[in-house]
Amino acid sequence: MFLPHRLMCRDIFISGLRSMCAEEKIELISQLQIHPMYVFRWEEQEQAYLLLYPEGIVKLNNSAGHILKYCDGVRCVSEVIHELEREFDQQGLDKDVVKFMEVAHAKGWIRFKT
Amino acid sequence: MPKAGSDLKLDGNGKPLWLVLELTYKCPLKCPWCSNPLGFEDYANELTTQEWKTVLRDARKIGSLQLGFSGGEPMVRSDLEELVDEADTLGYYTNLISSGVGLTKDRLKELKRVGLKQIQISLQHNDAAKNDAMVGVKSFEQKMQCIEDIKSIGFPVVMNVPVSRFNIDAVEDIIKLAEYHNVEFLEFANLQYYNWALLNRDELLPTIEQLQHAEAKVNEARARLGKNMTIYFVIPDYFDGRPKACMNGWGAIHLTIAPDGSALPCQEAQTITHLEFPNVKDRPLDWIWNESPTFNAYRGTSWMKEPCVGCDEKENDFGGCRCQAFALTGDATNTDPACSKSPHFDMITSAVENARVTGRPGMPLVMRTRGAVSNLMKKVCA
Repeated sequence: MFLPHRLMCRDIFISGLRSMCAEEKIELISQLQIHPMYVFRWEEQEQAYLLLYPEGIVKLNNSAGHILKYCDGVRCVSEVIHELEREFDQQGLDKDVVKFMEVAHAKGWIRFKT
Repeated sequence: MPKAGSDLKLDGNGKPLWLVLELTYKCPLKCPWCSNPLGFEDYANELTTQEWKTVLRDARKIGSLQLGFSGGEPMVRSDLEELVDEADTLGYYTNLISSGVGLTKDRLKELKRVGLKQIQISLQHNDAAKNDAMVGVKSFEQKMQCIEDIKSIGFPVVMNVPVSRFNIDAVEDIIKLAEYHNVEFLEFANLQYYNWALLNRDELLPTIEQLQHAEAKVNEARARLGKNMTIYFVIPDYFDGRPKACMNGWGAIHLTIAPDGSALPCQEAQTITHLEFPNVKDRPLDWIWNESPTFNAYRGTSWMKEPCVGCDEKENDFGGCRCQAFALTGDATNTDPACSKSPHFDMITSAVENARVTGRPGMPLVMRTRGAVSNLMKKVCA
């Protein structure tokens, strides 16, 4: 077996694959879901949410993890914002949430529900 | 609230995040660049299913997350599905690294069912006869069928092409083949020269002109294909002047278990002949990773000599690869000769130059087969 150079030496922490989604704007009514290439889950040992993908790992900070937790393909963006504002007892998170979703979408972590 | 996700990183924090299980050294192919030991046939005592499961549980306890099932050819093990099932249950992200030979549709379905996430399948050439000649076995048609099956079952297709003089000029045609099969990820993996590849290096190493031409073709394809296919093309350390940050450092994030249970900081580590590799059958994995002399031998930077000691890049590349330093200079604490600051850098540049000058026409390749090479003369007669 031949293990490639990429496995032996590349930076495994480059976070994520290129976006594989069409250029769409994230709206309050958009429904987003974790891209099926990724596994999103809580990791007890790291005390963090992780995104695992082919040969890579992204450790998410607390806020990013909680946003992705609600990207289930069912809730629309405004519902995600509502859930977060309720969970963290804060108001006016909409801009930050959408901004992060744009980043996550550009990285290919989430996609529009198909 | 979060800023960009890009700075949300996971460093090892001393954990073996990456676990590779070399389930067996058995393989139906005879690739003359194989990374397995030259004496692969001497590894008779493969771990049992239960012993592999114990490794999976113990590695998870010390923080392993990404798991590669490798070999040899992992499909040779009839318990692969059972091991993937166990690994998925334990929370690993499971990757299978296979030639595609033996990866039948029935086994693919079962692997999907038990939670396998990704399959990386190797291909040598878009031309069937050339592909088969390079691996010494008729396998092209099986690989093509396997790619179709992988797609139909719903896995992403990751095609890995080990690149040598024998296929580097076919990069463009290989991309077209990958395009035809709707491959999502195509990796051109320029060979790393260890074990069988090092033995055959003079025949396998491309010229720098071939490499540059291939890279240009890859860039053209990237522009044309856009988001439809991700193409990796990693410039090999021989041509770069900079050493690779091999394994992100010795004993930093990577743990390989050889078929017999030997624990290795990388899959080539057994080439460093004076090290003793602890075995999971004898010692707890926690001790092996954290305490064993072998895993601590080249951890951090305290083992370094000049020019690494005084180098401001030592925290980035860790002095390169210990196995390459040992293989080429006889001392694993030397700077990797692939580094332009190494006093042995001429060993690399002369090999690259030699590839351009001669190419040794007519010289045969040593295929990875039982009894193809012998250390016996050296051992007995020394």
